[in-house]
Amino acid sequence: METARITYRKRVLEVAAGMTVYSAIEKMGIDPSTVIAVRAKRVVNEQTILEAGDELKLVNVISGG
Amino acid sequence: MTRPPRPYMKCNLCGGLAIIRMPQHRLNLCEEHFDQWVLKMVQRAIERHSMFRPHERVLVAVSGGKDSLALWDILTRLGYQTEGVYIHLGITHEDYSDVSQAQVEAFAVERGLSYQVVDVGATYGQTVPDLRNTGRGKHLCAVCGLVKRHVMNRIAYEGGYDAIATGHQLDDEAAILLQNTLHWRAGYLQRQGPVLPSTHPRLARKVKPLCTLYERETAAYALMRGIEFVEQECPYAVRATSIFIKHILNQLENRSPGTKRQFYDGLVRGRASGELVFSAPDIDDEPALAPDDYQTCPRCGQPTLSPGLCAFCRLWEPAP
Ligand code: SF4
Ligand SMILES: [Zn+2]
Ligand SMILES: [Zn+2]
Repeated sequence: METARITYRKRVLEVAAGMTVYSAIEKMGIDPSTVIAVRAKRVVNEQTILEAGDELKLVNVISGG
Repeated sequence: MTRPPRPYMKCNLCGGLAIIRMPQHRLNLCEEHFDQWVLKMVQRAIERHSMFRPHERVLVAVSGGKDSLALWDILTRLGYQTEGVYIHLGITHEDYSDVSQAQVEAFAVERGLSYQVVDVGATYGQTVPDLRNTGRGKHLCAVCGLVKRHVMNRIAYEGGYDAIATGHQLDDEAAILLQNTLHWRAGYLQRQGPVLPSTHPRLARKVKPLCTLYERETAAYALMRGIEFVEQECPYAVRATSIFIKHILNQLENRSPGTKRQFYDGLVRGRASGELVFSAPDIDDEPALAPDDYQTCPRCGQPTLSPGLCAFCRLWEPAP
């Protein structure tokens, strides 16, 4: 199966290619409003379709203190 | 619940590929238009709230995180006169303070911006975590806030800056507002806002130019601009109530976009119009009095409410 790899902090998840970024974020159990997705150093929108071999990084946007 | 986004997310301005969706503004924007939009939002906030003018000197408090570095980047691009200050708190867990300082330095050097570093441990003899033992039962973040405000006021006074700008965005402000409301802290509700005017020569004006942007937008801006920032949280923030409060506010926002904005704007507008009035008991280290009403701390010279040492200087005294 062709997959894309998603990282969030120290977690890594392989998902099937063809899925949207939005679904992938939900699949990780994350509220999509709390992250920004970056692929190849570019910010991508939630509707982006993941392609095989994509490396997607989710950056947490919630800071505390 | 949030509806999943529709396919082919287009920029509402040019039809190009959108990088961000902002349901609270009913706006999807591409890189170029998002960039312009952010600059416009910040410029508008600066003007609307008379934060500072182009000839004034602004001290930007930078932590190495996304918000403060995005702020510094934006203010520089808008042509304001800025200098940075990094306060090294002495947090050694995962080298947090050292890593953050390196991030700030790299940012400044790359752009030819000037900055200074205040090392709390080296300057005052104890780091912020050291103060946990003498903080008189205060939560470490409260001690930390007190230290940061004191240092910023001092640097601004010594350097003759007109204003201190911090990277607080709307999510920070909404979270603070919810906590202030839950505890009915009237003094804070009276004073929380985009600008805290100077009431004494040694208490600089405080401004929050990012107060109309959601945290997600400042993060997207920083990432889009290629700004390298510290993603790691302060180890003491992990348990902070503010993060929990932010998640709750985001759930409300997901259900009803614009909730966070309305909540904060309502306070600012209601107070400006006189509809909301809070009696405002003064706050320990930042009273809102006329200059003559202040006492002067015999040790540091900062204005304070009551005679004797100010709240900051009392931190360094051995516990009674
Ligand atoms: S989380 Fe608390 S201790 Fe850490 S920098 Fe923020 S206020 Fe200071
Ligand atoms: Zn566009
Ligand atoms: Zn003092």
